[in-house]
Amino acid sequence: MSTDVKTMPQEQLVAANGVKLPIYMDNHATTPLDPRVLEEMLPYFMEKFGNAASRNHSFGWAGEEGVETARERVAKLVGATTKEIIFTSGATESDNLAIKGVAEMYKEKGNHIITAVTEHKAVLDTCKRLEKYCYRVTYLPVQKDGLVDLDDLKRAIDDKTILVTIMAANNEIGVLQPVAEIGKLCRERGVIFHSDATQAVGKVPVDVNKQNIDVMSISAHKMYGPKGVGALYVRRKNPRVQISAIIDGGGHERGMRSGTLNVPGIVGLGKACLICMEDMPKESCHLAGMRNRLRDNIMGRLDEVYINGSMEHRLPGNLNISFAYVEGESLLMGINDVAVSSGSACTSATLEPSYVLKALGTGDDLAHSSIRFGIGRFNTEAEIDYVADRVVETVQRLRELSPLYEMAKEGVDLKQVKWAAE
Amino acid sequence: MSYSDKVLDHYSHPRNVGSMDKGSTDVGTGLVGAPECGDVMKLQIKVNPETSVIEDAKFKTFGCGSAIASSSLATEWVKGKTVDEALQIKNTDIVKELSLPPVKIHCSVLAEDAIRAAIHDWKKKRETAKPETVEARS
Repeated sequence: MSTDVKTMPQEQLVAANGVKLPIYMDNHATTPLDPRVLEEMLPYFMEKFGNAASRNHSFGWAGEEGVETARERVAKLVGATTKEIIFTSGATESDNLAIKGVAEMYKEKGNHIITAVTEHKAVLDTCKRLEKYCYRVTYLPVQKDGLVDLDDLKRAIDDKTILVTIMAANNEIGVLQPVAEIGKLCRERGVIFHSDATQAVGKVPVDVNKQNIDVMSISAHKMYGPKGVGALYVRRKNPRVQISAIIDGGGHERGMRSGTLNVPGIVGLGKACLICMEDMPKESCHLAGMRNRLRDNIMGRLDEVYINGSMEHRLPGNLNISFAYVEGESLLMGINDVAVSSGSACTSATLEPSYVLKALGTGDDLAHSSIRFGIGRFNTEAEIDYVADRVVETVQRLRELSPLYEMAKEGVDLKQVKWAAE
Repeated sequence: MSYSDKVLDHYSHPRNVGSMDKGSTDVGTGLVGAPECGDVMKLQIKVNPETSVIEDAKFKTFGCGSAIASSSLATEWVKGKTVDEALQIKNTDIVKELSLPPVKIHCSVLAEDAIRAAIHDWKKKRETAKPETVEARS
């Protein structure tokens, strides 16, 4: 019995109520592959390994067939046509291609881009880079609930505006932006609208025509598909949108994205889209039910717990809450058999608390105290109950340890205290 | 972030958690850090006025695992030392004992600050309370 502790499979651990540990509840970071997706992908590694661009033999045709079936499935999920789907390596590449590609293509028309402060870094940092090349970027604030104010957007659009890029669903707080209204406004003003829909596609209904989306980023691994593959929707008519390529080469994907296609990955993305389309009505209700159960279970037993972002306009599987007087990373340590994320500085590479929560007006103290729960397809109600219990007992323990909780209970107004920061 | 076993042990079994009467002359209280920065430590010491030996220490900390461990360790180390000896404790000693990674060094700095703040508070109280204490004892 000389099992190395590090390699011991943690899956063998079982909690009192029968749930297997550790529990994965970080489905905004990534999702596990759906076994049905894996099954669909497997033939494309060995038997059907052909290059989808090989037009003169059956190996190539088999690869191409897999890719084109996937393209149909992706297109169908978002109400697009197959010619409007470009495969990429993931949402970060899609965001880069969308924003840089539009900026380059329409630079004669204008140099102004509008985005929002709560966007993913793949959008924000791309915009920041463009600012170095004489583009002007407006970063719209968000309201307390995380939503962009349409009047702010209206005011921000000027005659030099070529692109508005606003996400469909936020990766931290799950807040759904009014994409259809933003799209309508952009259409009226003749401005291209890109939406990073990484977290939304497959979870909530997305229709590029109903929502007037011109360019849209999609990722496979957020919807139970494989990592390293995504797509970009680029509108072909009403209006036709053109983008400059950022990767040059063999002219794959209608010249917009050169590079040999990741056939197994693309096949997986297609299957993931198909499953999401079929299961969405049932799945979203189930996820929202579990999410609300978790929320009620936690909030019914703890005081001073705050939900970050709108509950009404929110992804069904998302819950982001701040536990006052408890620091997020220490809370994560206490629930170390549950995989979730925190907006605490201590868990970020930059040592800054979540910029998304700060943008909502959540104080730094509460941003440090936040936990993001991402509930997904494979979570169970028993897991929800286990997680709620662990969170409640850990928060209670850490509050007993917290000088802030003690002071607050003594009636000290923490905002008035002159803190002797180091 | 993977922690050393010592940090995990202090986190799971923090030593000397609690509060003492901050109005007492023999008790020194140090409150350092700020909620906005994600770390607040309260460290209290109870000092024997005759010998200046720290007879008891308590802490409460809002912060990450390293912050909790640093302050828990600080209470262990100051107990039994005279205030002058306690002032010799350096943050680098805490870093070494807990094997803190570079990004967590500020936690150890905060713990050293907390010790100093508590001793400072005790000394200040003793200065102002001295005449009375002497009278009461005579």
